[in-house]
Amino acid sequence: MDILRISDLRIGFTIHGLARDVVKGVSLRVPAGKTVALVGESGSGKSVISQAIMGLLPRAGGITGGEILFRDPQAPETVVDIATLPAEGKGIRALRGGRIGMIFQEPMSSLSPVHTIGNQIEEALLLHRPMPKPEARELIEAMLKRVGFKNPKRAFGLYSFELSGGLRQRAMLAMALICQPALLIADEPTTALDVTIQAQVLDLMRDLQAEMGMAILLITHDLGVVANMADEVVVIFHGEIMERGTVEDIFRRPRHPYLKALLDASPHFDMQDGERLVALREARPRPAVAAPPPKPAADAAPLLSVRGLHKTYVTGSRSFFGKGNQTSVKAVNDVGFDIRRGECLGLVGESGCGKTTVSKIIMRAVTPDSGEVIFDDGRERVDVLGLEGEDLRKFRPRVQMIFQDPVSSLSPRMTVMNILREPLVIHGRGDQAGQDERVRTLMQDVGLDMRFLNRYPHSFSGGQRQRIGIARALALDPDLIICDEPVSALDVSVQAQILNLLKDLQAERGLTFLFISHNLAVVNYMADRIAVMANGRIVELAPRHALFDRPAHPYTRALLRSVPFADLDRRLDFKLAAPGGASDDSHWDKAFKAGPDEGALTHLPLGDGHFVLARPNADMRELVP
Amino acid sequence: MLIRYILKRILLMIPTLIVTSALIFTVINLPEGDYFETLAAEMQAQGEKADMSRIEFLKKEYGFDKPPLERYVRWVAGLIQGDMGYSFEYQRPVREIVGDRLLLTMIVSFATIIFTWIVAFPIGIYSATHQYSWGDYGLTFLGLVGLAVPHFLLALVFMYFANIWFGTSIGGLVDPSYLNQPMSWAKLKSVLEHLWIPVIIIGAGGTAGMIRALRANLLDELQKQYYVTARAKGLPPGKALRKYPLRMSLNFFISDIGDILPSIVSGAEVVAIVLSLQTTGPLLIRALQSQDMYLAGSFLMFLSFLTVIGVLISDIALAILDPRIRLQGAATK
Repeated sequence: MDILRISDLRIGFTIHGLARDVVKGVSLRVPAGKTVALVGESGSGKSVISQAIMGLLPRAGGITGGEILFRDPQAPETVVDIATLPAEGKGIRALRGGRIGMIFQEPMSSLSPVHTIGNQIEEALLLHRPMPKPEARELIEAMLKRVGFKNPKRAFGLYSFELSGGLRQRAMLAMALICQPALLIADEPTTALDVTIQAQVLDLMRDLQAEMGMAILLITHDLGVVANMADEVVVIFHGEIMERGTVEDIFRRPRHPYLKALLDASPHFDMQDGERLVALREARPRPAVAAPPPKPAADAAPLLSVRGLHKTYVTGSRSFFGKGNQTSVKAVNDVGFDIRRGECLGLVGESGCGKTTVSKIIMRAVTPDSGEVIFDDGRERVDVLGLEGEDLRKFRPRVQMIFQDPVSSLSPRMTVMNILREPLVIHGRGDQAGQDERVRTLMQDVGLDMRFLNRYPHSFSGGQRQRIGIARALALDPDLIICDEPVSALDVSVQAQILNLLKDLQAERGLTFLFISHNLAVVNYMADRIAVMANGRIVELAPRHALFDRPAHPYTRALLRSVPFADLDRRLDFKLAAPGGASDDSHWDKAFKAGPDEGALTHLPLGDGHFVLARPNADMRELVP
Repeated sequence: MLIRYILKRILLMIPTLIVTSALIFTVINLPEGDYFETLAAEMQAQGEKADMSRIEFLKKEYGFDKPPLERYVRWVAGLIQGDMGYSFEYQRPVREIVGDRLLLTMIVSFATIIFTWIVAFPIGIYSATHQYSWGDYGLTFLGLVGLAVPHFLLALVFMYFANIWFGTSIGGLVDPSYLNQPMSWAKLKSVLEHLWIPVIIIGAGGTAGMIRALRANLLDELQKQYYVTARAKGLPPGKALRKYPLRMSLNFFISDIGDILPSIVSGAEVVAIVLSLQTTGPLLIRALQSQDMYLAGSFLMFLSFLTVIGVLISDIALAILDPRIRLQGAATK
């Protein structure tokens, strides 16, 4: 039996008086108790479909044709056409939250920050199943326990900002499922979460589905998640269904070129050296560069050498009288690494592990408590942390940064020309004509049309904006570029373009990258060596092959185990992935934990430049699997 | 936790007030001369003969021959004991002069604030939930008119029509026949008859501003994901609106309390002059013009004190209403 049957659904939006179809005759079905994945890029109309099912379309949008038939398994004879229900009417409100639950991408903003978790769940429960409050509270606490809150009594009175991202998404799940809906719509439920937390939440969703027998409509762009979760897959592109079938059909025998292209565009772990991602749509061709610069000698001094960085943040309220309840967090704890000229060093870790703080220290945006950063371009050695005044200003062009968010990192009030010229003006490079010429070259270098120079950032797509950001970082001919999650805000197809561009630029100019990311597949594609960070420390540092073939540290292993593959033969073992989150060191072998008596941890060499953080007297054979 | 927070805020008020008092004292003393010299000059300009020896005596009497620092310390010491000084122009203690007008000012201002809220809240909510509808445009236009038309002009127009249509006496807060009479039902009725004019006029600008602010705040909140979550639960639209976005946009009103308290007392000066209201606004302007040092200074100090108290009240209210302010900054969990 199909719980949901959508046929020939059309949804139109009116923007500035122009009507535009965003969903053009979509048909799909969700069978009872099964998971159907709706896959597509941003702007493909997948979220709009979910809004239409919930009757939550924005005011500018409306259903212009087709039907959305919902058949409740509790009353299988009656079929409701959601498309014909009046908006905000009684009929649709009884379904919403009662029979159809929904969870969203951003667990932070989906919960009200000024109401307790318990209050918000209770509201959903009492709305559809009126009952005395104590009874409701019992049900809610049972539900909270079921979704993984260790102390549900206490969790009832907590606010969303007191919870981590994973727990917030669990609270959202509890709220969506408290009325035991027949259908759960999950709109990118794990996109904003770290891989290990993603594995846990996906696991929880599957368990709950098995218990409650509900159907799930899973909306995502991540084919790895699809391969691990879905029974059926629907691929959507520009509001039209490209391909539809069981997960076996889709992954083993993809027929439509779009789906094949989508699979080729995502980086994965089995890529050969030198294999390139195939972008969905090729960007503008870039001019060929004559000869790449010679590789520097292997024994040359590293371009950047970081030693013993420490940074402690103090949180909590300082009391007016004496000590308050302050806690200090070691954001960066004895971090050290070298970046060789012309190499790309990947820095991987989950959110809050301190990787961004390290990059900020190198940029001199944050002052560390102690440590040393030496920059050596072969001509002179510079103590970066000791620079002051004019010396610091002169050093700034040597290290540049590419940011994560291409929207907020470009000023909306400046044209592309002004954005790209600004660094040249600040550092007094050349005259007006020379600067114009340089900006034009930069535009060509990153594959952007010269005619865009007088436009403002808002008229560009996310990928194009990130190209502008890259051009800005290149403007001053830096030696080192720090890329802080440069593709995590972009779609798969655009992501492939940007990664290829960065690779090409590096090969052409002998650039050195510090590439920060939480996405292991992306780092695997970009980096020569990879440093893994957890709880403010580098726990493992190795050449890329060694790290992926022979991970030694339990944290690295947990991370690698949690990455979902877009491959049916390598499904995640959810139970194995990471019981308490990967950075929870209570699951680590004691050789990797600092003991009270046996002194500090050191980086033990495992050969071939592979280091792991462990006790100095740990047995090597135990460490290498 | 909360008590410690309040204590901390109260302690922080002390340096704030010290700095304010020093600033007020300096600014009032900045122009050349003092009250007595202004007085002498005014008398001479009017052809009267100033008694220079008397002025010299007064200067000595009130310590104007002392260095400024000493005068400042004396003034502050007096303020702390509740002595707001002596007005030269009215020849009475400042407290008496201000006290007379304070009651009327508060009546006008409280009525204005309540008027503003009663009108602005529903209109703001309507405008935000019916964005770009004819109702929204119409109300926005009315609000902009209220913001743009100068208050004194509105005052004159209202007085004219109130007199023609209702026969209300021109100017003042009470019919002239009740002036200097004790409070009675008849007098109260007369006050109410006169009150609506200044309330609407003074409130017009504030209402329009508040509608704009509430509309903008609410529109922001209506875009937020948690509002979609609330509706996805199946909450009726009105209830979802009240519980989530409206609650969040209340923060703005609460932080506004800090500004409201002093405006209750100072009133709208220009309108008060046009309508010849016996409130404190015109008093302050006159005192500043004639360099009536203690009257102006102490009154300004009183206003700053109210501002600080208002901010304190709004901070405490925010801490009670918004758990993020109350709990964040405490130990991270």
